[in-house]
Amino acid sequence: MNFEDVRDLYQDVILRHGRTPLHMGRLPHVDAEASGDNPMCGDRCRVQIRYENGAVRDIGFEARGCAISMASADLMVEAATGRAPADIRDLAQDFFALVKTGETARADSAIESLKPLSGVSEYPSRIKCATLPWAALLAALDGETEASSE
Amino acid sequence: MNQISPIAAPFDVERIRADFPILSQTVRGKKLVFLDSAASAQKPRAVIDAMSGAMETQYANVHRGLHWMSERTTDAYESVRDQVAALLRAPSRDEIVFTRNTTEAINLVAHSFGRGIMRHGQCVVISEMEHHSNIVPWQMLRDAHGIVLRIAPITDAGELDFAALEAILAEGNVGLVAITHMSNVLGSYTPAARVAALAHQYGAKILFDGSQAVVHRAVDVQSIGADFYVFTGHKLYGPTGIGVLWARRDILEEMPPFLGGGDMISSVTFEKSTWARVPHKFEAGTPAILEAIGLGAAISYINAIGYDAIAAHEQSLTDHALSRLSAIDGLNIIGRAQDRGGVISFTMEGAHAHDIATLLDRNGIAVRAGHHCAEPLMHRLGLDSTARASFALYTTHAEIDFLAESLERVRTFFQ
Repeated sequence: MNFEDVRDLYQDVILRHGRTPLHMGRLPHVDAEASGDNPMCGDRCRVQIRYENGAVRDIGFEARGCAISMASADLMVEAATGRAPADIRDLAQDFFALVKTGETARADSAIESLKPLSGVSEYPSRIKCATLPWAALLAALDGETEASSE
Repeated sequence: MNQISPIAAPFDVERIRADFPILSQTVRGKKLVFLDSAASAQKPRAVIDAMSGAMETQYANVHRGLHWMSERTTDAYESVRDQVAALLRAPSRDEIVFTRNTTEAINLVAHSFGRGIMRHGQCVVISEMEHHSNIVPWQMLRDAHGIVLRIAPITDAGELDFAALEAILAEGNVGLVAITHMSNVLGSYTPAARVAALAHQYGAKILFDGSQAVVHRAVDVQSIGADFYVFTGHKLYGPTGIGVLWARRDILEEMPPFLGGGDMISSVTFEKSTWARVPHKFEAGTPAILEAIGLGAAISYINAIGYDAIAAHEQSLTDHALSRLSAIDGLNIIGRAQDRGGVISFTMEGAHAHDIATLLDRNGIAVRAGHHCAEPLMHRLGLDSTARASFALYTTHAEIDFLAESLERVRTFFQ
């Protein structure tokens, strides 16, 4: 009744980032940006990136949505900033596997910082909440303006 | 000794719940509290048994076999048409067209009445509180056939704005007003007879989407003065895959067929086909036989309890829920219509609707969260999504208390 059993999904770090995202806001200089939306629930996330020397120097986002999608966007900024696009694409695939299965073979600080979201794997209808910001980021890397809905 | 005449048994919700096998299921180890009946209602044993019984003892295709099984199955299928006619107080069974659901019924009207009878430049008027099923078919008609689609606003309380609707009608050239009889988001009832009279005053036909309304109150299409009335079986405790279009006979006669194929013809040659009489003209192909039989069982079940008893129970539930939910800090109930039923949408400060739904689910409580297939209404209300609890004849006051207690915990959790 006190929802202690949902702490696997709503860990403190998720609640904290979901309530007050540290990185929400538009970048002053934008090289590429893309939006993703989840038509089922109305969540929307717009991600901007700025490149420097072939790497993604800054990431910003504007979003509306549930605690999971907001926290995921915020943690994504921390995990992906400073990486090369190919590196981010790999990290995204590992993150998708993490939220679908709850597990990952990868062992580095980037995936470690995303592990608070692994509890989503127990909630199939919420997986898209966690992957939405990443889908927008990948679309921006590909030069698209809209993430495909799947 | 004086015989005391039998009186109707008081509404015994526990006895009713025993008729719904699924209600004894547990979810995540918790007792199921199903507050999502407006999306699709659970099925009583009578419906389950009618459908499996037909498959086990009495099933063949309808309207074609010259054999015992086909004749019996045709009788069973066609008797549901009588039941639906009685349910809606329709003057004739021939005015009942079976469809797959409400969506298909509205598409049938948009295609057949819209393209076949309405003229280019004529208007269809819908309201701001329509389900996508009563928006998209008219947009498709607009784009394909040059119909003008106009939107009647609602008030901030979530009721139809009559003055604005009349202003649209007064501009003329409105062929059809298509409007929900009860909002699936706000719970508001449309004063149907008043809307119908207004539409007719300006020469327009009137269609009601009865998907929600027919579940909770007795409907009389003649006293309302409707021209079209549509609903779906699965919200009315029946199976999926069966819906109903009722329309006045003279309109159905005038309308061209919707889908072509078997069962809807009178004769076929390669040069020309002629159509069957109404309603069969609109029922191409083998129909949803078992689903119709299930719908018939659902209607019998409702009739045995009676709409008066159902409406009284649900009104009491709704009053109780409005009072309990209003008392929760930070919870906003969306829509304050005077005449409303057991569909309550709400938001909560600091908690997104999906997070609310996930937490409630951990307590075994099923609610819906999102835009409820009514995105334009969400925009009108300035919202992205709401959570929605909806009630049925099997809902209890204790379940609403449990919902309210759980929502208090949700609020604390996200504080």
